[in-house]
Amino acid sequence: MAGWFDANLVSILNGFAIGSLLFILAVGLSIVFGMMDVLNLAHGAFFLVGSYLAVTFVAGESWAGFFTALGVAALVGLLAGGALAGLTEPLARRPILDQALLTLGISLIVAEVLSIIYGNDVFSVPEPPALAGSVSVAGSAYPTYRLMLIAVGLVLALVVWLVVEKTSIGALVRASVADREMVSAMGIDNRKVKFAVLGVGSLLATVAGVLAAPVYGARPGLDKTILLLALVVIVIGGLGSIRGALVGALVIGQVESLGRALVPDYASFILFGTLALVLIVRPRGLFAGKVAH
Amino acid sequence: MSVVPDSTTEPAAAGPEVRPSPTRGRGLALRAAPLLVLFLLLAAVPLFVAPFTANTLSRILIFALFAVSLDLLVGITGLPSLGHAAYFGIGAYTAGLVSIHWTSEAPVPVLLAAAAGAVAAAATGWLAVRSGGVYFLMLTLAMGELVHQLAQRLTGVTGGSNGLFGIPSVRVGGEPLTLAGLLYWYVLAIALLGFVGLWLVAHSPFGSTLKGIRDNEPRMRSLGYSPFRYKFVAFAIAGGFAGLAGGLFAGLVRIVNPTDTGFTTSALILLAVVLGGAGTLWGPVLGAAVVVLVRDTFGPQLDGHGPLLLGVVFVVAVYVLPRGFAGLAGLATRRRRAPGGAA
Repeated sequence: MAGWFDANLVSILNGFAIGSLLFILAVGLSIVFGMMDVLNLAHGAFFLVGSYLAVTFVAGESWAGFFTALGVAALVGLLAGGALAGLTEPLARRPILDQALLTLGISLIVAEVLSIIYGNDVFSVPEPPALAGSVSVAGSAYPTYRLMLIAVGLVLALVVWLVVEKTSIGALVRASVADREMVSAMGIDNRKVKFAVLGVGSLLATVAGVLAAPVYGARPGLDKTILLLALVVIVIGGLGSIRGALVGALVIGQVESLGRALVPDYASFILFGTLALVLIVRPRGLFAGKVAH
Repeated sequence: MSVVPDSTTEPAAAGPEVRPSPTRGRGLALRAAPLLVLFLLLAAVPLFVAPFTANTLSRILIFALFAVSLDLLVGITGLPSLGHAAYFGIGAYTAGLVSIHWTSEAPVPVLLAAAAGAVAAAATGWLAVRSGGVYFLMLTLAMGELVHQLAQRLTGVTGGSNGLFGIPSVRVGGEPLTLAGLLYWYVLAIALLGFVGLWLVAHSPFGSTLKGIRDNEPRMRSLGYSPFRYKFVAFAIAGGFAGLAGGLFAGLVRIVNPTDTGFTTSALILLAVVLGGAGTLWGPVLGAAVVVLVRDTFGPQLDGHGPLLLGVVFVVAVYVLPRGFAGLAGLATRRRRAPGGAA
């Protein structure tokens, strides 16, 4: 057992790094759906916008480039989310499917515009200079940047938990997930909440895109791969549940990393198998937030 | 417009409707005439048009069959699937592989394609239909993407990202169908059989139960129906017809790419259904025609950025045509009916 653990330590750490990224991505998707009933299928496309911004600002050359990319990505994410909130507003009384279709159309448009701007080449983004090396973890060399990703994911999880559980904004979030009509009956403007929630959710997607650029690079089609993983995460975790997003992200991170390392040909089957297993035991995910969907 | 008058509205109707049979008989005769004219027109087309046009029409027919098979899920059963291309692609690969390694004699590849589509849909559908609404959307999306990844990974079988090429042309009685017109007749014949099959499913007591489940699932359950079993069978049937369409597609274009199983194709065909009007069966045929024409006519001018236009059409359709083309026709019908009171 100890030998197996040592041999696969790198894969396990990779799993945590992917899990961190997936958490950042999935928590935005999950909150947006849990609070606003908008299934944002453009989430993966927003992620890819972040990755390409990292390419544009040559995020790997210097810290300045990296932070510029992060800042611009955050701004773009906020604006995109706000725009999406405005676009979905006329559809608020229509079935959830209509809003999902709208975001599907937007995701196609964004992905194509990106491929027009950047072409169909595969870009790789180096790590920021101070994190470019690797450190020794229990005898194996491991890239510093990925350790940083794990740390960022953990910190973000802590921050989200603190905000949601301990602040008045968090109380609003929890109340909106539980009963949106009641919240708006208490005198809180639903539309403002929607702008804020979609803005923050999309910001998380674009920021995750920048953070992921040194790992995944930027290429056409990455948006769908990432969207698929994020969807699997929130289906496993339960829509609207932050704890579910964290657990789901960690599980899928390990499945992706260990699965690909141990049985590369069957990784897709294992992903599907995990999904199937969870849904057989818990049809609404591990930590189902809402009952009505 | 006259095929399915009963499914455009009536959100509250649950359970099979009972209609006096003489009305039904007369209605059928009235409806059959324009359909017969349409069929003759469709059959006569290759005598008058260029091979390229016949080829485009063949593609429209295939995508129409594909769209109607999805409509069985989206419109009739109320299950919006974003992974239906998986079964289309599995059918296409099956037909291609059968043609390459065994025989391309007419009905064999498409029949096996339909069987493969149905089996694959049954193998994945039991999981998908456990959930509804957005969960179903996400699960089918995930399944479609997995099939897409498999098609790309299993290079030994599928040819990977190069696609499966060198598929021999379809043979009827040993003679290869190389002329676009003959191929069109072959596609037309099989696609019409497919349409009739789907129409019969949607108008059988089984189809009425599906509509009941769509409109009021708890009520159907309390009446003693098992929604899970009905949805599962509907999913498998839809997968089978999608596989049939895929088989035709492989025979027509003679190359199958992983993209044919992927998200973009699924989104494209869902767009066709939504654009045409879900639940009407004839609407998605129109929707598929528009989608194929837009993609094949304007796509090449956009340097392969057809999905961009597709996305724009999607966004516009969601705002402007909430019920698709069928919604427009439905408006006209309702206005005509309105003075006479409740129909």
